[in-house]
Amino acid sequence: MAAYIVRRLWQIVPTMLGVILLIFFLFNVVGGDPSYLLAGKISNPETIANIRKQLGIDEPYYVQLWIFIKQVVTFDFGQSWSTNEYVSSIFASRLPASLMIGIPLLIVEAIIAILIALGVAYVRGSLTDRAVMVSCTVAQSVSILVYIIVFQYVLAYKFGLFPVQGWGNGFFENLFKYASLPILIALVVSLAPNIRLYRTFLLDEINQDYVRTARAKGLTENRVMLVHVLRNAAIPIITNLMIQLPGLLVGLFLIERFFSIPGIGREVILSVERSDFPVIKAITVYVALATMLANLAADLLYKAVDPRVELK
Amino acid sequence: MTTAVNTASIGIERSPGLWSLAWKRLLRDKIAIVSMVIVATFLLLALASAVGLVAGGWNSEIAKNYAPPTWFKGSAAQEDLSKSNKSAASGPSLDTGLSRPEFVNDRDPLRETITELKQQLGQSTSSGADEIKIVDPLADVIVELKKKLGRTGDGDANEVEAEKLSSLAFGADKWGRSVFDKVVQGSETSITVGFAAALVATLIGTLLGALAGYYGGKTDDFLNWFYSIFNSIPYILLVLAIAAVLNKKGILTVVLILGLTGWASIFRVVRAEYMKHKARDYVRAANAIGASHTRRMFVHIFPNISHVILVQLSLYVVIFIKSEVILSYLGFGVGVDTVSWGSMLNEAQNELILGYWWQLGAATLFMAILVTAFSLFTDSLRDALDPKLK
Repeated sequence: MAAYIVRRLWQIVPTMLGVILLIFFLFNVVGGDPSYLLAGKISNPETIANIRKQLGIDEPYYVQLWIFIKQVVTFDFGQSWSTNEYVSSIFASRLPASLMIGIPLLIVEAIIAILIALGVAYVRGSLTDRAVMVSCTVAQSVSILVYIIVFQYVLAYKFGLFPVQGWGNGFFENLFKYASLPILIALVVSLAPNIRLYRTFLLDEINQDYVRTARAKGLTENRVMLVHVLRNAAIPIITNLMIQLPGLLVGLFLIERFFSIPGIGREVILSVERSDFPVIKAITVYVALATMLANLAADLLYKAVDPRVELK
Repeated sequence: MTTAVNTASIGIERSPGLWSLAWKRLLRDKIAIVSMVIVATFLLLALASAVGLVAGGWNSEIAKNYAPPTWFKGSAAQEDLSKSNKSAASGPSLDTGLSRPEFVNDRDPLRETITELKQQLGQSTSSGADEIKIVDPLADVIVELKKKLGRTGDGDANEVEAEKLSSLAFGADKWGRSVFDKVVQGSETSITVGFAAALVATLIGTLLGALAGYYGGKTDDFLNWFYSIFNSIPYILLVLAIAAVLNKKGILTVVLILGLTGWASIFRVVRAEYMKHKARDYVRAANAIGASHTRRMFVHIFPNISHVILVQLSLYVVIFIKSEVILSYLGFGVGVDTVSWGSMLNEAQNELILGYWWQLGAATLFMAILVTAFSLFTDSLRDALDPKLK
């Protein structure tokens, strides 16, 4: 087990190197010289030369790449180009808000989606099943933007059930006051595709022989569905949940933007708007790392759920 | 003798191919037919709008500001109309987004100055653009601007005002432009971007997937590494990062961004198919008769997996249409001279608070219909091409 984890962590290195190369190529080679952008409208050659020197753009590419690798390893990306805030402190201050929305969402969403999927898979082919599937397809076709605009307008602006936007300081104030409408919207948006997905996973299992055997030996339907079927369908469901995990950091960027929630996702959009390269570079690299670690965690979870899985 | 006749007659009754069988299955599927008709209608609409038959004049202000939809006019529209007239009179106070020159309600101070100057110079007032130019170096620009706004250089502002409609089939936006024309233009943009980006992604993904699956070994290792890089960065983050680097708006940019980032999922599928097919007898037979690697990959194997690629392509169209809307909403997508459902939603967000919901409604409705129809069509296509899956 420990050997497996070490080997998997070691395998992350080449991919991580690839991510660094890709980001470097995008921002330092394709992105070109940002010094004119930074110098602003009134710029003399001296200022520009100064900025170039400060950013290390004068150096050959391999030196710049080395600087970038050092930045990634030491978690020190310097300061933001537009706000002069340290990139590390941007991370530290934006992460809690993103997690405040993301973690409750993931838990509630997983429970509701799995329960509904179990329900419709159990009555597969019936009118209920088809109605749920059709509404999922239609719900998926409406842009997330429309959900946010309409929910924010109707529930917060018109009826005043939630604050229109904002973010407080206290943990419970944020969770129950400011985060509830964003979580509700994200829930509505993510339920439709996940119910469809989990339903297919469950249907793959529901016709298997062991299910018939379980019924034949007189188990209750609850036990058949919740213990036997669900446990066997757990692997693809866990994969899907783990894939969503790193997406929580940036995936809710639209919601964070609409509700002025100071999270990582909103920071990404702001930095793209301001061409704030250090911030985008840092977020991209670390979210990629988080994705790879989440994949590893998913593989370890398989073993816990299904003892037949061998970790090679 | 008889055997020869038999084989000949057997030869005539050729068994139907994959595509004709799939087509027959597709035609038996009612949902497939309905969704195909809807998608075809959208394609025709987009084509007509691209050629200029429909919605060519989306940028001209043909109606009053925020004119309501015709059928909605009777009920609540009176109040809205008076409100909108008031807002029009107060000028660009409602403008939250782009500012546009208002020639309609304001007096034209420039014109007055020009007339005044002309009188001083003792010139005749039968103004031509050339004469104005002597006085005002900007005259050319202004004439052009006015032409763009759907007016000739000498048109009287009051006359234009009188022609404006008080209601339209789908209502009008802040500047009195037809929401219907805009939503049709938006369909054209979405369909163009969706299909073009899907083609780019499919082309890259298929080519790399074919190379990786067919050659295996070092090639496969390298391409897999390349794939894992793209796979480890969340899609939307990569899209936004590239948008930040390119820092340029336009349909071509959006197509490039989506196409270059989206190829990873088809790579995986195509690679697996090539690995499966390369060891099959027909490929070895092709090798025996001296077919080159390229020929075996693209003449022999490719047609046998093209149905998988078609389904993936169809999935891509839906994903990319949705992504384009988000990019354009954020302002990283198409430019201001192009309409997108995303930019319409951006405008609609501010209009909704004022009670003008029709632009939001139209963009949502059109997008939902197209995306639903296309998703259902993709499902049916997959079932028809691979009945074992059902």
